[in-house]
Amino acid sequence: MVIIAGEIGKEVRMAVPEKIAQLIGKPIGEPMVWEIERGAIRRFAEAIDNPNPLYRDPEYARNSKYGDVVAPFGFHGWPVKGGLMEMMGAVILPMVEAGYPVILDAGVEFESFVPIRAGDTLFSYSKVTDVTEKTTKSGKGMLILTIEMNFLNQNGERALAMRNSIICRQL
Amino acid sequence: MNEEVEMPKQLYWEDVEVGAELPPISKIATTQKLVMWAGASGDFNPLHYQESFARSRGMPNVLVHGRLKAHWLIHLVENWIGEEGRIKKLSCQYRGEDYPRKMTSEITYEEGETWWCKGVVTKKYVEEGKHMVDCDIWVENGRGEKTTPGKATVVLPSRQTK
Repeated sequence: MVIIAGEIGKEVRMAVPEKIAQLIGKPIGEPMVWEIERGAIRRFAEAIDNPNPLYRDPEYARNSKYGDVVAPFGFHGWPVKGGLMEMMGAVILPMVEAGYPVILDAGVEFESFVPIRAGDTLFSYSKVTDVTEKTTKSGKGMLILTIEMNFLNQNGERALAMRNSIICRQL
Repeated sequence: MNEEVEMPKQLYWEDVEVGAELPPISKIATTQKLVMWAGASGDFNPLHYQESFARSRGMPNVLVHGRLKAHWLIHLVENWIGEEGRIKKLSCQYRGEDYPRKMTSEITYEEGETWWCKGVVTKKYVEEGKHMVDCDIWVENGRGEKTTPGKATVVLPSRQTK
């Protein structure tokens, strides 16, 4: 796939690397297993200064509608950036080879379907859902990659979708 | 940093107005908090804890993790909606770089920047029987710049269906 980014008097050719374009919509990396541990939830809450007892106090959580310590929105087990990093291996090398060596974490979107509780086991699978070509203000080409991870719980329910935006930029 | 461990009272959909501000919450990023976050999140990129490495990448100091700021924003929204509310969707973009305060002892840190998580209600609607609210949310640094803009959609309890 070759995209011509037109500029008056100048033609800049920018290509979405074939290897990347081929990844869109297909599963990448191996499915992963995540154990949701109380201690990991507590340390996570401490690191963001969130005092909510639902994350820290099993006694309080038992008497809540959740029945046990619950994970904060967006938490899917430790490490929270795991999986993404492993998966990036499949896309970083083709990006670097295609002339986009500056790789930046650009943002995240979470969508929740059912709550994640301590004791849950999640299974995740990942895919590249989109590649968009853009030009920076200073005229450098960049590709914005969306990687979606879906997390299913032990009952087969979709619990969480996480969409990471990755910017791959020319030097 | 001491925050009061007091759960906010429950917010109901009927009490929300478009244009209303979410109660802001403050956060202080310190190098120690960044290490805690690295451990809690599993992000071991040295950009976030080794100053010489950060400098070699053109940064003046180690960088506050974008994902940490995303979870600050989640705290902002969760604090507002109360225990019966539910975040359906939340997103943010890491537009600006933020740098933590340095530690001056094992437990104290230097004077400096405080970050504020803020938000404003943009839409209120009922969809498939659910009482929904959309908001714009952002992290504002010590100079008032929005380094981390985002959006959230929440489901709130209704007084009518209570």
